[in-house]
Amino acid sequence: MHFPMKTSYRDDLHLFKDRSSVVLYLFLFAFLIALPFVTGDYVQSQVTFVFINGMVAMGMMLLVGHTGQISLGHAAFFAVGAYTSTVLEIRGIPFLPAFAAAGALSAIIGLIIGLPALRLKGIYLAMATLAFSFIVEEVIVRWSSVTKGNRGMTVPDASIFGFKVSSVTHVYYLSGVVFWLVVLVIINILRSRTGRALGALRDSDVAAESMGINLAMFKTAAFAISAAITGLAGALYAHKLAYISPEQFGIMLSVEFLMIIIVGGLGSLHGAVFGSIFFIVLPQIIVTVKAYLPQKVAELPVLDSATFGVLVILFVLFEPRGLNGYWVRFKAYLSLYPFYRRGMFRRSRIGSADLIKH
Amino acid sequence: MNEFFQQLISGTAVGCVYALVALGFVLIYKATDVVNFAHGEVMMIGAFLGLTFIDTLHFPYWLGVIAAVACMTVFGALLNRFLLRPLAGQGILSVIVVTLGLSILLRAFASVMWGPETFPLETPFSRKVVRIADLVLSQEHVAIIVLTVLLVAALYAFFRYSRLGIAMQATSENQLAAYYVGIPVNRVHSMIWALGAAIAGIAGIMLAPISFVQVNMGYVGLKAFPAAVLGGFGSIPGAIVGGIIIGVVESMAVLYLPEGFNNVAAYLLLLIVLMVRPQGLFGVQTKRRV
Repeated sequence: MHFPMKTSYRDDLHLFKDRSSVVLYLFLFAFLIALPFVTGDYVQSQVTFVFINGMVAMGMMLLVGHTGQISLGHAAFFAVGAYTSTVLEIRGIPFLPAFAAAGALSAIIGLIIGLPALRLKGIYLAMATLAFSFIVEEVIVRWSSVTKGNRGMTVPDASIFGFKVSSVTHVYYLSGVVFWLVVLVIINILRSRTGRALGALRDSDVAAESMGINLAMFKTAAFAISAAITGLAGALYAHKLAYISPEQFGIMLSVEFLMIIIVGGLGSLHGAVFGSIFFIVLPQIIVTVKAYLPQKVAELPVLDSATFGVLVILFVLFEPRGLNGYWVRFKAYLSLYPFYRRGMFRRSRIGSADLIKH
Repeated sequence: MNEFFQQLISGTAVGCVYALVALGFVLIYKATDVVNFAHGEVMMIGAFLGLTFIDTLHFPYWLGVIAAVACMTVFGALLNRFLLRPLAGQGILSVIVVTLGLSILLRAFASVMWGPETFPLETPFSRKVVRIADLVLSQEHVAIIVLTVLLVAALYAFFRYSRLGIAMQATSENQLAAYYVGIPVNRVHSMIWALGAAIAGIAGIMLAPISFVQVNMGYVGLKAFPAAVLGGFGSIPGAIVGGIIIGVVESMAVLYLPEGFNNVAAYLLLLIVLMVRPQGLFGVQTKRRV
């Protein structure tokens, strides 16, 4: 397996692994900037959704993949972000302050839900976040003087310093810029002291605590950061759809976010983005495949959800490292070209981690 | 006052259904470390099987129930063998995601097999009432409560006195030690899954007259999980008490709290209990060695 040889601590902190990845990212940026000039609204919309889902997935990755806390309540943060920015903007507040408020309010709620997380683990935490998500959904439905309840709300165009973000392309660029800023923030968190503390408390909170890591602070911080990013994504989502209602933010959305990061591969930001791309592209693939299926099968309304269910199960059973696992192996295959062997990334079955009960 | 008692009884009846689903959930969790988020959907499959046998194939009610429950035992054992045993040793997150995936699949399967409509299920107790003094209670509710009491008593006897029940307890306590004293752990796991699915099936058939048989009735599972957590996750009496508490609190919320609270009462209660007593009402705080 190929690892860049690191000779100093500074090497470990570089933003890019090596010069070739800088070049690759430059190409990616150029491609994303040029995209609206060569494609129509449809492709831009899909990429916008990849940006939005990708932000949520990275926020969840930070919490679930890097900190080891389970959350089944991220749809709630998403909803809080979407509703906060919409409610403020309807009252005439410009986009940027409303956007910041969406992130801030989500972060505060993340802090509150992070507090029980200090004492809860595993399944208990999953239940607490699930319960919280139901409560938020109900509050949105019932608080109709502000949220218009089940009727939903139309989202006004975002205005930034008087500039109206109205067309598909505008929203595309806005989401893209926010997405890459979030990427930068998360990478910086992960390669700093905070990121190492989060990883340590995921692997063993007792060991981390005995190294002097303040568990309470880092766990709640992970919840707050993750919630804030999800809230920002929610605000963008509201602008993208231009209409929000409570049923968009049900429990199945939280499940979908969790599935995105599992399919992508836990513990890697690449995985979060791959997972989001996968979940946007899959419905297109299903539509394409449907043309070749017998009509009886193709007309089933549950085909999409059943395919998701099956794929997720297959991923966990056969490729726990997710799409990112394929990506890592593909890169290794290219760089080692004639010498790549199939067993190179096989994990030993008896890992010490398997013997210790969670 | 009458209204209060009627709500109390109907709340207890629904709580009994939660309790049974939570019971199967806890049984499986204790023995196999699998958190089965699809247990509500397993219950839904049980209700649909009951519907098929009783309504479509015109079995007599009780024979239909028995046939459905028999199918459920096989179904539970198969789920364990082909879906969850391959997951042994993986983290709790993988298990959660696989069972969530399974719940999606089962819902899709049911809507293909039986369609998205809601079906009524006639029982011998339908449209009959029990009168105690000037209380008028629906026989369905009373039947659910009586059946649950009988079932729990039978399960208690099974776990306390039968060889297999004791082997199941041993497996839940310590798999390795159980294996060393000659208990076939894998087979016992399958049996526990069979038992959990069968109990869920019974719960589903009991719930059918109250909520109708439909694809989304599995969401009851989402109320059964708080019940299990409320009682302390690994505790069987806890699951039963937790289920009944949640059922009663919900129906009291209908009576005394503003509209909307009945939907979230279970979750509010869960959050409060988790804040105050993270190990649940009956749970034991386990100390972990490092």
